[in-house]
Amino acid sequence: MHVENITLGYGADAPVVTGLTLEVPAGQLTAVVGPNGSGKSTLLRGMSRLLTPHSGQVLLDGKDIHKLPARELARKLGVLPQGPVTPEGITAAELVSRGRHPHRGLFGRLTSDDDTAIDEALAAVELTELRERPVDQLSGGQRQRVWIAMVLAQGTQHLLLDEPTTYLDLAHAVDVMNVVHAATASGRTVVAVLHDLTLAAQYADHLVVMAEGRIAAEGRPVDVLTEKLLGEVFGLQATVVEVRGAPVVVPDRRLAG
Amino acid sequence: MLQRRPRSISSRTVVLSVLFGALAIVVALISLSVGTTKLPVADVVEVLLGGGRRGTRLVVLELRLPRVATGLLVGIAFAVSGALLQTLSRNALASPDIVGVNSGASAGAVAVIVLAGTGGGNISGLAAEVGIPLAAVLGGLLATLIVGALSIQRGVVDAGRVVLIGVGVAAAANSLVAWLLVIGDVNDAGRAAAWLAGSLNARAWSDAAPVLLAVLLLVPVAMMFNRDLSALVLGDDVASSLGVRVARIRLALLVIATVLAAMATAGAGPIAFVALVAPQVAQRLTRMERPPLLTTAMLGALFVVLADLLARNGLQWLQVGPYELPVGVVTAAAGAPYLLHLIGRQQKGR
Repeated sequence: MHVENITLGYGADAPVVTGLTLEVPAGQLTAVVGPNGSGKSTLLRGMSRLLTPHSGQVLLDGKDIHKLPARELARKLGVLPQGPVTPEGITAAELVSRGRHPHRGLFGRLTSDDDTAIDEALAAVELTELRERPVDQLSGGQRQRVWIAMVLAQGTQHLLLDEPTTYLDLAHAVDVMNVVHAATASGRTVVAVLHDLTLAAQYADHLVVMAEGRIAAEGRPVDVLTEKLLGEVFGLQATVVEVRGAPVVVPDRRLAG
Repeated sequence: MLQRRPRSISSRTVVLSVLFGALAIVVALISLSVGTTKLPVADVVEVLLGGGRRGTRLVVLELRLPRVATGLLVGIAFAVSGALLQTLSRNALASPDIVGVNSGASAGAVAVIVLAGTGGGNISGLAAEVGIPLAAVLGGLLATLIVGALSIQRGVVDAGRVVLIGVGVAAAANSLVAWLLVIGDVNDAGRAAAWLAGSLNARAWSDAAPVLLAVLLLVPVAMMFNRDLSALVLGDDVASSLGVRVARIRLALLVIATVLAAMATAGAGPIAFVALVAPQVAQRLTRMERPPLLTTAMLGALFVVLADLLARNGLQWLQVGPYELPVGVVTAAAGAPYLLHLIGRQQKGR
């Protein structure tokens, strides 16, 4: 997946992302981090078709995503947007089965391929036992894993996840990140917008730091996440220590200005 | 142990659809047999199968069947319209009778009745057969357009605003209707007023035809979008990511819902609460996360023919007198408490 000189914004307002170019490493987990309002989520929306760029393009296997038919794109690119609506009473298995939408015809029941994809997705997020539970009765972390299972069931080579760990406590967030990372182990390319720098650095193969609609730095987490960068981009004085080969941010105080 | 996904969810929907459809037919047969001339149900069936004596045939096919058929069809049309609007707006209160579609259609239809009326309380010919349905559809679409345009905030339709603005648009359309009734000839206005309560009295085949056309054309089209609706309930962003062309499908279904409600309104008046109640009851009974279209359609048909049977004969059965009520009075009596219940639930959910 390749983002070429993309400029994104909402209506006539000033663009949120300006002239951004990004090569997404295939088969790896790319984490996008940055301060609030830096354009992380906007970039992710622009990389799916949820937002049409003012200029520039997003190439998937060499083709502009805006030139692909909607269903064909949905078979290649899965997206978990922020704040999806969980309908009252829907069971985990039902919700996951919706991920098969781009593979299905107008009528007819789920095929055995669909069933297999749904079973595998539920197994991947370790919710097989809870498949008949209504999603609104699950914990926040379980609910988020069901949503990820829905995107996994979509069976796409590429996945975009917008803040999949928001509102989750650390243990549940770790559960979710393990699932996300496992997806790359099966060869998928994953891009996730994340809030927690340490969590992002622990799991990401490739870290993209955004600031004011541009990429401030990108590369291996250990190379990117430095005390200098935290000062410049986040206005944060912090100590960065390395644990198990990944940087851990220990915040100190907010820098003036 | 791996538990298989039960197929019971969809088979439950099928069973309930068949059940409600069968009940609607039974009630329709009873409705065809009762009246000034009581007929055995067996005779009614015989006539419907193409036999029977001439007198019986006249009573059943020309006098009673148009009314019952119109009832079944408007029941389907209102109910499916309600199911679509409720699903699209993700709000159980957003049915065409609440958000102004029926009122807009009424204003259009009453305008034709009053302005093209001959003063005899009767309009006929082209003005009645084409004019009323057409004006109703235009009125309904105008109401939908206004509600839709005013409910959009930052590019998305706000589910809460749809209902508030819809209620406002309904009030505006109703005041237009009141004004038309005042300026109109007294006989025309009288006819319009009876129609406005939602009445199946003295329906002819010409009343049933537009609704039949709308139901035959639009309900199957709506069914084709069933799977897209299942994706849409997960939010526009998710649906879009699943390959649903959200804007296009929303628009298409909005127009279908509006035309169905407007045609039904043209056929039998704005019968209250069918569009609100049938989808919600069908959703609860099938335990789905949105109103299932087929079950809703069958339940709507059952609701209207049953309400009409009671409206026609209820007072007589209670020995109150020989009066017939408009069907809309019965559906309102049944539906109003349900509306209050729904509002209570939504308040609690906040």
